[in-house]
Amino acid sequence: MAALLEIDNLLIDARTDDGTMVPIVKGVSFNLDRGEVVALIGESGSGKTTIALSALGYAKPGLEFSGGEVRFDGVDVLTMASEERRELRGQRVAYLAQSAAASFNPALTIGEQVTESAILQGRMDRDTAYQRAEILYRALELPDPDRLGRRYPHQVSGGQLQRLMAAMALCGKPDLLVLDEPTTALDVTTQIEVLRAFKSVIRQEGAAALYVTHDLAVVAQIADRIVVLYGGEVQEYGSASDVINRPNHDYTRRLMSAVRPPPEAGQYAETTGEHRREVPALEVRNLTAGYGTGNARTAVKVLRDVNISVERGHSVGVIGESGCGKSTLARVISGLLPAQEGEVRLHGDTLHPDLKRRDRSDLQKIQFVFQMADTALNPRHRIDNLLGRPFEFYLGLTRSQKPEKIAELLKMVELPPDFAGRYPEELSGGQKQRINLARALAASPEILLCDEVISALDSIVGANIIELLKRLRKRTGVSFVFISHDLSTVASFADDIVVLYAGRVVEQGSTNKVLAPPYHPYTRLLISSVPELRIGWLEETMETSEAKAGIDRVVEITEVGCPFFNRCPLAIPGTCDKHVPPIREITDDHKIECHRSDEEFRHWASA
Amino acid sequence: MLMAAVLRRTAVGILTMLLVSILIFIGTSVLPGDVANIILGQMATPESLAELRSKLGLDRPAYIRYFMWLGDMATGDLGISKAGSGAATIGTPISELIAPRLTNTLRMTAIVAIIAIPLSLSLGLLAAMYPGSRLDRAITFTTLGLISVPEFLVATFLVLVLAVHMDLLPATAYISGRETGLKLLKALALPTLTLVIVASSQIMRMTRATVLNVLSSPYIEMAILKGVPRKRIILRHALFNAVGPIVNVIALNLAYLVSGVVIVETVFSYPGLAKLMVDAVQTRDLPLVQACAMIFCATYILLIFIADMASILSNPRLRHPK
Amino acid sequence: MSELSNSSTDGNRTAPTGSSDIDHANPVAGAGSSAFEELPDAPPRRKIRFSIAGKIAMGVVAFWALMVVFGPTIAPYHEADFLDEALFIVPGSDDPYPQTDFQPPSGVAYLGTDYLGRDTLSRILYGARTTIGISLISTFLAYLVGVTLGIMAAIGGVVLDSILSRVNDAILSMPTIMLGLVVISAIGSTIPILIMLTGLIYASSVFRIARAFGLDIMVSDFVEAARVRGEGIWWIIGREILPNMIMPMATDFGLRFVYVILFISGLSFLGLGVQPPQSDWGSMVRENLSGLPYGAIAPLVPALAIATLTIAINMIVDDVSAHSGGKLAARMI
Repeated sequence: MAALLEIDNLLIDARTDDGTMVPIVKGVSFNLDRGEVVALIGESGSGKTTIALSALGYAKPGLEFSGGEVRFDGVDVLTMASEERRELRGQRVAYLAQSAAASFNPALTIGEQVTESAILQGRMDRDTAYQRAEILYRALELPDPDRLGRRYPHQVSGGQLQRLMAAMALCGKPDLLVLDEPTTALDVTTQIEVLRAFKSVIRQEGAAALYVTHDLAVVAQIADRIVVLYGGEVQEYGSASDVINRPNHDYTRRLMSAVRPPPEAGQYAETTGEHRREVPALEVRNLTAGYGTGNARTAVKVLRDVNISVERGHSVGVIGESGCGKSTLARVISGLLPAQEGEVRLHGDTLHPDLKRRDRSDLQKIQFVFQMADTALNPRHRIDNLLGRPFEFYLGLTRSQKPEKIAELLKMVELPPDFAGRYPEELSGGQKQRINLARALAASPEILLCDEVISALDSIVGANIIELLKRLRKRTGVSFVFISHDLSTVASFADDIVVLYAGRVVEQGSTNKVLAPPYHPYTRLLISSVPELRIGWLEETMETSEAKAGIDRVVEITEVGCPFFNRCPLAIPGTCDKHVPPIREITDDHKIECHRSDEEFRHWASA
Repeated sequence: MLMAAVLRRTAVGILTMLLVSILIFIGTSVLPGDVANIILGQMATPESLAELRSKLGLDRPAYIRYFMWLGDMATGDLGISKAGSGAATIGTPISELIAPRLTNTLRMTAIVAIIAIPLSLSLGLLAAMYPGSRLDRAITFTTLGLISVPEFLVATFLVLVLAVHMDLLPATAYISGRETGLKLLKALALPTLTLVIVASSQIMRMTRATVLNVLSSPYIEMAILKGVPRKRIILRHALFNAVGPIVNVIALNLAYLVSGVVIVETVFSYPGLAKLMVDAVQTRDLPLVQACAMIFCATYILLIFIADMASILSNPRLRHPK
Repeated sequence: MSELSNSSTDGNRTAPTGSSDIDHANPVAGAGSSAFEELPDAPPRRKIRFSIAGKIAMGVVAFWALMVVFGPTIAPYHEADFLDEALFIVPGSDDPYPQTDFQPPSGVAYLGTDYLGRDTLSRILYGARTTIGISLISTFLAYLVGVTLGIMAAIGGVVLDSILSRVNDAILSMPTIMLGLVVISAIGSTIPILIMLTGLIYASSVFRIARAFGLDIMVSDFVEAARVRGEGIWWIIGREILPNMIMPMATDFGLRFVYVILFISGLSFLGLGVQPPQSDWGSMVRENLSGLPYGAIAPLVPALAIATLTIAINMIVDDVSAHSGGKLAARMI
């Protein structure tokens, strides 16, 4: 019997602004059998989403099918009549988009959107469809399944919406699911749960799936076969275990090498103390900060009572999930957001909380590298203007002195000197991030605040940036506050780690100590949630107690007690939810903020 | 959340209204040549001027006059017309002058709205449903042409064709208030048609643009990929999210029909409120100018307020807080 | 990786083509030299492509721009000249002198004459300078005032912003044409007054847009980057905000210009704009309305002049701001 989906020498062109057609998918072929999960893996520009969408006979605006066939159950979907194609989309092939938040219509109820397709196609009547939806909500472990259908998309969390999209796709009992990076936008602790729900539902329903992602570790958990794409062409195509354990192709091996090892104690070689001084380069003391006008009491507090110290030439990694306050911390240190309480010290001297009141040499010493180079570089300025400005502003260089310095800087971030004459939009994502970094380095800073600088980049590009940062740190002795949601990244770069949860530091210490027991329960959840490039990892992890307790509970910023209380497997009701936990000094460079004692941690770790 | 939004908009509306009243008061106060001058005309002596001014209360400080005027307005007392084209209108209560004109204006607005809104919404939607089609291009091109030309041109053209060449309708729309039935309809036909054309073009373009804008959102792409038919995508998925901007543009056009139609009223000699205000300006009848201006601004603010309410109510984030 | 988010936003910079998955033909030299370079995710600089209608529209606008400069020079007569009756008869014939008003087009007056027997073509050519000149200066004035105040509101903090916005709301709530009528009948109609008045009235709508753009740009990362560097407010306005406002506001300028032309023509039509004997297109329509029943083209020519210019500008604006919606919707099968 023929495969469920056969993609045969598919060609897709993109229409450029001057009207010419440029090929972006160049003769891709692969098959997908019933009940099988095939992963399309590749970085941006590989054409993976474009190929996946062709299974629905759909090309994004500006793209055109120019050749080949996409046969679903033996019928070419590219040449179908539009009415047939509409039936195909509603009944047989379903799509799960990357951003559920954007893909749900804000004006319609969840129930209507989940059941819409099944009802419209006449597969079920309204009642049956709503019942089926409810069954799916339960299977996907969504809260309050009997009333969920009447709610609106903004009333549920991001992880829940992502799972609701799976319900939407599965409601009409399709034969094939097309999943487009369905977990990329999620936090790790949420991702693992969504992943597991997807996997079990796909198995249960017997549907086949085409899974698009850039993340090899995720692929390893879910795929039977893997198609590796680069530049619109298939590089390698084989069973998941073959591709992961015995990669054949150069590109696959390069992708694998960019996957950072799971965070573990001992893997990190500490920076030497050659740049160290008596006084820490940067200290944050008893810092409380937040947004909102009015006095400190009525405003929203995003950070509470944070203490951090950064040695000269060292890197402190700040880790936490979205909304934990890590970006706020960088903004407070830089003075963009004046603290409500507490102080920031540079070489022992207290800085004014508001950057407008700091003098220029203090501003020069702390430089901020923004997350999105796309938006942090003014699109109307050329690279030489962007890089030249700090030279002029802080160091007073004249017009004639700048070109040489700019060329040096470009060399330092490993870009060719002729980039000086370009505009940001003429560069790739990684190149833009290097410019973004170079602009901060132009000021010859002592502290670099890096806010998620590689999260928006492909893994190979991101890995290169991390290597660059390491070389810069060694050469210049600059200290880093390195903010990230990705524990593996932080573990590979930082000397010390600060774990933030709901605006509080729950654990901090040297990297090797934080990544080894005793753990704060949240740190342990984080570590165990980072996907490993190993088949079978997902199933093992889901059995652990912290995963069971911690998954899919909403982060709550609490006024009293420990904020992790509602997700913590070790929580003591009556204590943890009432009192702020004490800081336990495990060793002199390792602190945990928890009601449980060192012994209890050790006992739990071994259990 | 919903209540807060409603209260906030109400407060802003009232505040704007107060500001408007101040601006109108200041604006009309700087008009040169006060009423006393005009009433007395050539025969004015300094003494008689002063006497008349104090009789009319014009000699009191500006802010006192403002509050007196505001108080009168708020209680519905629009004051007494202080000047006029002849002795007959001097001393007439303004409400008596305004009432028939307001009726005429509102009648015209209502007729235009009843025709223009359904017409332009459906044509705008049709254009958005089939972008690039012949129908869409025809609609886009026609409306672009119509919003680009002055309305006196539209009016003139209609007169030329329908009144002069074909002799179907009267070229003027002067009504005395006693016309009924077919005669009234015929009298109103040309100005109504002009305004329908002008207002519909605007609403049509905005409807099309808004719906197309909504159609480029990811959730519409999702609906396409779910196999939802085009009609349902437009009517169920897109239209709900386009309500806010569309209602807003309808409100702006209605406000314009009440206040901005002076050119059309002039061309057709239609006795509407705008024409009354223009005449009042020429005779320096300040209380009448102020009253008309307040009515216009209040209409605008009220309509925008209603539009805001409609878009707040169409937003599930506000209707169903977390 | 993120086509969905790409296609959703970003009106005028990137093409709605899911840019990240497109291998654009301009290869950007990579940092290293390995076989698998990071693919450039940057589209080539986007140029606005004009439709045929847009190109014709550009021609029309260019034509009127030339007429603004050279119109009076090439006009056969002065705008206020009454044509001599003798011009309209064959020399030496004994026919009685004809009327000079509302003459049809002839070799003497290419576009006929108006109600006073003046040459319509000459008046159109002179009027181009008056109508377009006044409108353009008024629009610039509206922009100067509107953008200045708009940026002040966007960066000046909550209090200043609320004050400016509320006052602006109040002004916006007044019908523009009535506001114009009241002021002009109060203080008279001269060209400087006309320009000032129009500029100020339209400044309020420019203010709204400038403020909205200003607020958007103020919270962008690159402004934050400038602030954290310690840049002063003037540098931020001049180098970060204004350059990013120019493109989106250029299309608005076109629309606003059209509104101003219509407004000034409307005032002239009501007899309150440009005063005779100076010619301007709006008043030319009004003056010659009486000729309409007799089939005179004198009122139609200026009306047509206004229409060609405004339609052309609107077409260019449409082309420039044509957005993605249509293209996606076209695929709704």
